Amino acid sequence: MIEIAPALVPLLVTLPLLGAAIALIAGRHRKTQVVVSVTTLTAVLAIAAVLLYVVDVGDQPIAVSVGGWPIPFGIVLYVDRLAALLVVVSSVVLLAVLLFSVGQGAADGDDDTPVSIFHPSYLILGAGIFNAFIAGDLFNLYVGFEILLVASYVLITLGSTESRIRTGVVYIVVSLVSSILFLAAIAMIYGALGTVNMVQISERMGELPQETQLILHLMLLLAFSIKAAVFPLSFWLPDSYPTAPAPVTAVFAGLLTKVGVYAIIRTETELFLDNDVNQLLMWVALATMIVGVLGAVAQAELKRILSFTLVSHIGYMIFGLAIATPAAIGATIYYMIHHIVVQTTLFLAVGLVERRAGSTSILRVKGLMKAAPVIAVLYFIPAINLGGLPPFSGFIGKFALFDAAAQVGTPIMMVLMVGGILTSLLTLYALMRAWNLSFWREDEDSAETEARISYLGAAPAAGVETERRVIPKIMTAATTGMVAITVALTIFAGPLYDVCTRIGEALLQPVSLTQLEDDAQGTEKAP
Amino acid sequence: MNVSLVLIIVMAVLFACGVYAMLERSLTRVLIGFLLLGNATNLLLLIVMGEPGVAPFFGAAASVDDMSDPLPQALTLTAIVITFAVSAFLLALIYRSWQLGQADTVTDDEADLEVRERGPEDEDTMDVETEIEHTDDDATTDFVGTDTAPITILGARDFAGLRDDAPVDRPDQDRREKPDQHDGGDDA
Repeated sequence: MIEIAPALVPLLVTLPLLGAAIALIAGRHRKTQVVVSVTTLTAVLAIAAVLLYVVDVGDQPIAVSVGGWPIPFGIVLYVDRLAALLVVVSSVVLLAVLLFSVGQGAADGDDDTPVSIFHPSYLILGAGIFNAFIAGDLFNLYVGFEILLVASYVLITLGSTESRIRTGVVYIVVSLVSSILFLAAIAMIYGALGTVNMVQISERMGELPQETQLILHLMLLLAFSIKAAVFPLSFWLPDSYPTAPAPVTAVFAGLLTKVGVYAIIRTETELFLDNDVNQLLMWVALATMIVGVLGAVAQAELKRILSFTLVSHIGYMIFGLAIATPAAIGATIYYMIHHIVVQTTLFLAVGLVERRAGSTSILRVKGLMKAAPVIAVLYFIPAINLGGLPPFSGFIGKFALFDAAAQVGTPIMMVLMVGGILTSLLTLYALMRAWNLSFWREDEDSAETEARISYLGAAPAAGVETERRVIPKIMTAATTGMVAITVALTIFAGPLYDVCTRIGEALLQPVSLTQLEDDAQGTEKAP
Repeated sequence: MNVSLVLIIVMAVLFACGVYAMLERSLTRVLIGFLLLGNATNLLLLIVMGEPGVAPFFGAAASVDDMSDPLPQALTLTAIVITFAVSAFLLALIYRSWQLGQADTVTDDEADLEVRERGPEDEDTMDVETEIEHTDDDATTDFVGTDTAPITILGARDFAGLRDDAPVDRPDQDRREKPDQHDGGDDA
């Protein structure tokens, strides 16, 4: 199994791209498209699981030089534990959301989501995400970002209704600016160091004066912070995510910002190990947490509440990075995985609410507890998980973060811990208020409506049925599966956390080009 | 590394113009701004290439020092292709935006406005225990009511060939909501 592992690495990107092409050709046959997308993502999941096993057990990252160019010159795909773990998690999420959207699409027909373009764009989005995770040089990371961004432009304006165009424009323009900043930063790094290979950049960075390093560092951070929605560059997110179709919002919320966070992790650990801006990151993290969650408290619309909590919880990851000890990096990665899964699950649950109640405004939706107990459970578990109540993974992640911060023990750490606890409580408050209003509040109208229906006879009953549509079993099943995964993150927290700790330790080690060549040599010995 | 001052000045001007154009609300200007920024960044990539020389892989160069650095050229080519694809998408988006609203401006987010205009009853529903003072509700920082200059085709509404008859997702609803915008087109 170890021998064939390097050959599997490029498949993570090529398989989804190939699948997208087939899905595009089969645009008129929805069933073929579904089969192609599900097969592709399952295959990617299997490959990623194999790679994670090989990398973790073999304790050696896999480097593949694409096209056989010698290492610092060609494109390098680099799979270490972090990349493999994130590819596994994101392919699970992509697969679950795909099943959810299949259920939704099969029940809805074509009215809001033109199916022929959804599957190809979705697979290309996946290819971009996987490419970004396994990129070994900055420019390939840029290309990965562009692939996923262009696919996301299509997905966020799906159906091109007026509201989606309006909000999509904001998202697209902001993303364009961040891409240009990223490209300019790459150009300047190449001008300063003569390479775009991340390992080589890391090796040569020490030779530059600290001021030059700081400029390059901040430019990259700026570009990635827009993508990761770090305050004050997060304004675009709550405006643009909620109007997209429920499955699209779910996958964007779970994965796209995390690709930005992943890039920040690489920047902070691998590229600029000696040049630290941790003080800045700490204040930024505090502001992201507090401002984000205050936004969530002010909202009355479930999808927007969730978008604001998404922004807010990015702050925890930045906080973990700013502590910059191996334990803290490990905690950050555990928290990131927890957040990918939980945030996606919550958005899927809200998708179910929207379908059942016809709205996501907590002022309008009432009495769901009685009307739809299954949805209530599917919302409640991830909600208290995100709020950080024990024994769920949100609590474990936050506890690990605070533990790492307490070990450093400086006053600013204490301030950040207080901020983190406050954010956690306010998140819980915002989500539980939504729970009280939408699920627990008695629906006074329902009795009246029923009386009216019985008075008017059989015909209006059909009208009420169309308003509150039936939820296909596969949508509920996909959401239930995701909830089960959030619970599994808690149950298997031990082994997962061990992997995260090993990642944290490895990331803070200085890397060298010879080591990278060795990793690739290990691959070339294979037949 | 010696670089051309002219190229740097051109790049700076392109960046400045691009940023200025991108700050507009009109999408067409945003597109122009994006193109300028994209080209400025491509120029930056060429600038970091250093001094131009003989083509690499060609064999005519006496030493490595006489060759051009091929990598930034490869990066620039990739960047150009990406810019091209994104511009095509933006153009389609602008066309669609114009189709829907007869204008290409970026409008305020409706949900944001909704939060600001939320009445006291709703606030009470959301949080029964707190009394909220509504003193500063009129002070806003966004652009509601500010005049903007959208790029519209002159006389589009009087021109018989340009009619907004492209398929709209919910045509009936749209037309009911905005009778004023469709009157001109229908008359023509």
